Amino acid sequence: MLEFINAFLKYGFIQNAIMAGLLASVASGIIGSYVVIKRITFVSGGIAHTVLGGMGIAYFFGFDPLIGAIGAAVISAVLLGLVNLKAKQHEDTLIGALWAVGMAFGIIFMSLTPGYNVDLMSFLFGNILMVTDPILRVLVALDLFILTIVLIYYRQFKLICFDEEHARLQGLPVEFLYILLLNLIALTIVILIKVVGLILVIALLTLPSAISALFTHKLGQMMIVSSGLSLAFTWTGLAISYGLDLPSGAVVVVLTGLAYLLALVFKRLYIKGQRKKSCEISAL
Amino acid sequence: MKTVIELQNVSFSYDLRPILENLNLEIKVRDFTAIIGPNGGGKTTLLRLILGSLQPDRGNISVFGVSPKKARFQIGYVPQHAFFDQGFPITALEVVLMGTIQANSLFFRYSPRDHLAAMQAMDALNIADLADVRYGQLSGGEKQRVLIARALVGKPKLLILDEPTASVDSRVEHDVYELLKELNGEIPILIVSHDLGFVSSYVNKVVCLNKQLEVHDVDDISKGVITNLYKSPMEMINHQCLL
Repeated sequence: MLEFINAFLKYGFIQNAIMAGLLASVASGIIGSYVVIKRITFVSGGIAHTVLGGMGIAYFFGFDPLIGAIGAAVISAVLLGLVNLKAKQHEDTLIGALWAVGMAFGIIFMSLTPGYNVDLMSFLFGNILMVTDPILRVLVALDLFILTIVLIYYRQFKLICFDEEHARLQGLPVEFLYILLLNLIALTIVILIKVVGLILVIALLTLPSAISALFTHKLGQMMIVSSGLSLAFTWTGLAISYGLDLPSGAVVVVLTGLAYLLALVFKRLYIKGQRKKSCEISAL
Repeated sequence: MKTVIELQNVSFSYDLRPILENLNLEIKVRDFTAIIGPNGGGKTTLLRLILGSLQPDRGNISVFGVSPKKARFQIGYVPQHAFFDQGFPITALEVVLMGTIQANSLFFRYSPRDHLAAMQAMDALNIADLADVRYGQLSGGEKQRVLIARALVGKPKLLILDEPTASVDSRVEHDVYELLKELNGEIPILIVSHDLGFVSSYVNKVVCLNKQLEVHDVDDISKGVITNLYKSPMEMINHQCLL
């Protein structure tokens, strides 16, 4: 741990990694909460894998993959939003198709790109230690954008998550709000890919929020707790991976998964304890 | 008496399968109406048409003299409480507060006026003490009251409920109907129900729906018929509605 703190003080790339972890945690805590309560993990997975296609294409044409990632994320969010609204009965299949085809495009374009393909691995598994200053600035902008939109539409998003039909009756633009929410999910995924990579993105997007949902009664609390948990997992994972020389994304996700398991067990025991207590009281 | 809902020759089909055929219906301002009929008879479809979330293939629907889409804001709608995710992090008060949200409600805060309206609605339904309880932890009857409070918070001029007493016990069912009867003093109420025997002591109009529709004044249905119906409601409905 001390070794990590020393490295943090000494190296700019560690400082950037710490910052990127913070930015990712804030975005995933807030947006992941929506993903969990609206139960759209699979849709989010579809968006995440389509992002690889965008990265591959950008990479091939010599742009920054981040630009391709943002482009593909936004396009797939709009597409999947329309699928949900217009072709609901085929939604599952269409998400699966987009998921696989998006990823296939990414792999083809990356293999077409001359040179050594080390980058494919970093897209798939993330490399938080390679976050440069310009990337950090983009992440800050994305975070600010996400926060602003959520701040404005907080209540309306909550209503469409809880009861879409009633939202429509109350005159809310449900289609617009749903596609906007998917876009925020897409941008969050782009940030998270930098931290844990494509394969592990869903874990960091949903598990902290799922833990948080077990212990909170309000959406706002759920978001804050979830961001805090996410931050704890990301920073601890980073320190451990640095100390043991392991891939950071994977360590972060293993930590998150373990915490989720513990939370489930704890909640179970807690409920049992409560039941026992109330039985004892009623027995008296 | 003023007409609230009017259907003229309304037909609707899903993928060429006719669900509703040539419906005519008039609901007045003092009415407490129950729509009954077998599953697949089109009850929910009829509700959706009146709420404006579906459009009829043929015919005309007006609510308060305008199209359902325009009248939407004046309708309080109570869906079946079992639809909602039990794990959703939300308190009873927040569910009711959500009834105040409109397209121009931005940012976090509800206004003091919204809070007041929500608390008044919860008071009226005797659930004020449940305000901070998580929605998923409430009993079936309590959830139903919370959803009715949410519908009332927007000061509707018409209340529509879809199976308000599905999956609650008979004591709660009785309470809910007593409550609705009270509310009916001020606004017209339309409910979908599967149990004519029970609702007939509260409603004044019964709409039998099975593709086609037949309206009965509740007094026209004889005591004997109701007793019969209690034993086997489906047969009675078929008998009454199959035209």
